Amino acid sequence: MKQYIIRRTGYSLLSLFLLSLTIFLFVRVTGDPTSLLLEPGASLEDIANLRRQFGLDQPLWLQYWLFVKSFLTGDLGLSFYYRTPVLDLYFERLPNSLLLAAVAMILSLVIGIPSGVLAAVHVGGFWDNAGKIFTLLGLSLPSFFIGLVLILIFTVYLGWLPSSGAGTAWHVVMPAFTLGWYFAAAHMRLTRSSMLEVLGSEYVKLARLKGLPEAMVVGKHAFKNALIPVITLAGINLVVMINVAVVVETVFAWPGIGRLLYEGITFRDFPIVQAVVVLGGSMIILVNLLVDILYAFIDPRIRLES
Amino acid sequence: MTVATPSLARGAPPGRFSLKKFRDFPMIPMLILLIIALVAIFADFLAPYDPQFGSLSQRYRPPAWQEGGSMAHLLGTDHVGRDVLSRLIFGARVSMIVGVTAVLVAGGIGTLLGILSGYLGGWVDQVIMRVADAWLALPALTFAIFLAAIVGPSELNIIIILGAVYWTRYARVIRGEVLSLKQREFVRLAIVAGCPKRLIMWRHILPNVINSAVVLGTLMLGVVIVTEAALSFLGVGVPPPKPAWGLMMADGKQGLMVGRWWLTVLPGTCIMLMVLSANLLGDWLRVKLDPQLRQL
Repeated sequence: MKQYIIRRTGYSLLSLFLLSLTIFLFVRVTGDPTSLLLEPGASLEDIANLRRQFGLDQPLWLQYWLFVKSFLTGDLGLSFYYRTPVLDLYFERLPNSLLLAAVAMILSLVIGIPSGVLAAVHVGGFWDNAGKIFTLLGLSLPSFFIGLVLILIFTVYLGWLPSSGAGTAWHVVMPAFTLGWYFAAAHMRLTRSSMLEVLGSEYVKLARLKGLPEAMVVGKHAFKNALIPVITLAGINLVVMINVAVVVETVFAWPGIGRLLYEGITFRDFPIVQAVVVLGGSMIILVNLLVDILYAFIDPRIRLES
Repeated sequence: MTVATPSLARGAPPGRFSLKKFRDFPMIPMLILLIIALVAIFADFLAPYDPQFGSLSQRYRPPAWQEGGSMAHLLGTDHVGRDVLSRLIFGARVSMIVGVTAVLVAGGIGTLLGILSGYLGGWVDQVIMRVADAWLALPALTFAIFLAAIVGPSELNIIIILGAVYWTRYARVIRGEVLSLKQREFVRLAIVAGCPKRLIMWRHILPNVINSAVVLGTLMLGVVIVTEAALSFLGVGVPPPKPAWGLMMADGKQGLMVGRWWLTVLPGTCIMLMVLSANLLGDWLRVKLDPQLRQL
């Protein structure tokens, strides 16, 4: 067990290392980073100063070390536009992103799990087919299209919901649905396949042989076990949601991390873009690690494998 | 985390020949993709106006069937008076070119690295797979935005970026296939016969993973087109005034609040139709061509 955790943590650290190296190298290989770090129209003197300040005259490995060190000490640089540390901006926006992700997650589970179970119980039936269409649309429709159509219907034509900003509970509804649909589709797919697998297992057959009522078999014996992978995926997806909401937050002007990233792009505020990307990647690597370790605790087969 | 997916109720039972196999061929999606491809090729002949120039006196004309619309601009005009229909037609070209080339780039890199990784094993495998893992940790869109923010917007850059972001998915799947192919008799015999590694990979492994690569490619087409549209929508994709569907939606966003629905809904519908069709076709191919990929 200990060995498994160590090895798994090692892989995660390696991933983090490669991720930071990728980002570091991409910035430098594709051009002079000073052009990204300075506002357009900066004087030659400023550029020379910055080159020295960032140690761009140093060898590459030393530059990388400085890059990592500043990250580890929580120094992600200053935003050009806001003139404040990027990390402060990030944490200022994080609660909004968490709120949006939480509501979207609840929506996606409330929709995805029951419909997944229904589809698995009636394979090939009406619910299964309706679910397939819902899933296909969820996985195919670009979120900005869903978002803009929702605004058109519920704000412009019906006047029921506010189109942008945050503040009241009404503001969350459309962004959460737009973000949640894709994940509802993913959760539904997984619930369906997980239920099908469990329903075909020996202990469900036994429960049926015992003469338990079908509702009991599905609800108690199958559902509980089928839920484990879904809950795991939901845990990972919560973190993913925070980091993929760029488009949704842009459409609805939701003041979260995605919106911060969008502002970073439009104002050419490179430290913000870099920080959001690195922090997002680290967050996801960390959650994957936690999930794997948790799984190893629950299921001994995993830690004995490989 | 592994999740086995028993694909019940999908396709005909194995081992029984029947014409049913082709009965559920996704005719409509295939037609839609074909039409979009034809429109993209013959855009110059089909478009009634120049997609990049308009006259300001003609701005914000609604579609012909709405009050204030005219037959001169069937689907209306945008904020600088450009004909929406013409832009949609040329937008098909942008989506097709970017989508197909990006899939080819991602597929090419991914298949090559997947084969090398799976067949050679050892440190080559370790390096490729660890890099793939690290890159997969970033959500594709965020990664693409980051790259686009560095290299700046252009069609060529978008293709390279999408290739760089999505090769990992191919590499993973292809590597898995190669690992199982390596155990097969014909590969072992080739090794015994003294066939050089390069030749084995080229002659014996590659032809056997092409099916999977094609299936994945079709499925990726939808993903890639959505990503391109999202990048363009955010302003780091295809640069204006090129007529890309995502860009048209971004431009049309302001008009939404005063009811100028055609500027966003029409390009959005085009993206939706193309992506849906690609996904339906990919799903069908997956089941028919490659049972191993059903769990994807």
